Amino acid sequence: MATETQHLDAHAEEHEHHDAAGTKVFGFWVYLMSDLVIFGSLFAAYAVLMKGTAGGPTGADIFELPLILGGTFALLISSFTFGMGVLAMNANRVGQVKMWLVITFILGLGFLGMELYEFHHLINEGYGPDRSGFLSAFFTLVGTHGLHVTFGMIWILVMLVQLSTKGLTDKTRPRILCLSLFWHFLDIVWICVFSFVYLMGVL
Amino acid sequence: MSSSSHSSDHGSVKSYVTGLVLSLVLTVIPFGAIMLGSFSMPMNVGIIVVTAVLQVLVQLVMFMHLNFKSEDGWNMLSFVFTISILVLVIGGSLWIMQHLHLNMMIG
Repeated sequence: MATETQHLDAHAEEHEHHDAAGTKVFGFWVYLMSDLVIFGSLFAAYAVLMKGTAGGPTGADIFELPLILGGTFALLISSFTFGMGVLAMNANRVGQVKMWLVITFILGLGFLGMELYEFHHLINEGYGPDRSGFLSAFFTLVGTHGLHVTFGMIWILVMLVQLSTKGLTDKTRPRILCLSLFWHFLDIVWICVFSFVYLMGVL
Repeated sequence: MSSSSHSSDHGSVKSYVTGLVLSLVLTVIPFGAIMLGSFSMPMNVGIIVVTAVLQVLVQLVMFMHLNFKSEDGWNMLSFVFTISILVLVIGGSLWIMQHLHLNMMIG
């Protein structure tokens, strides 16, 4: 009986070891789905409050599309460079993984710079989140996305340190995969933001 | 694209490049249409919605490798479940608030 249990345990352990990475990534996927519901709620709030400008500016008055287009390109290309990093990881090239992560980080920084410039500019003009319901919903939605990008960038830095100290191991690989899903996910949310907030906003 | 299951799970350089080119094109089209401002209002809305949906699909398939096979379909199932929640939350909020707005005769 005891040996049988032992045998089962060993088997389970082996099985667990084999599936652990897949389970982690799937668990992270489920987290992303819950995050999607958060963004969905913020989009709903924005759609409801969109016309509540309280005599303040509308989207058409304040959105600068060329600026948004620049940030969008940075984020789209960073999604691609992260994909290249995952391919480099599959090929066991730790140096290349780090290089692609650094490029992704810089592009993320460019996007964040664009967003902070926009926020700073709007608040300076007196169009902060306290101006109207429209601006409250706008800052909450776009700011929540920007906060996610910020945490994604902190995570990239952490992974760069871990890749330098631990290298590509059974522990660091699933983390890179989860981070890649997170980064692509932020790209998808941004597609909805620039389409339904900025482009629809200036119509 | 290579036919081995390994490359379909994790993507290939070709699939990532295809994804990047498609997403850049699908970004330039709506921005161009709106910034040039040469289309009618319903046409503009149509362009924005269609390119946004296409681009989200491109990202899901090319970059996140969402398909019906990964994790025995649980990735797809949880995604479809989330989308149905989103339809309820966003559609329901807009529906209710629209009616409230009409009943209270604001604006």
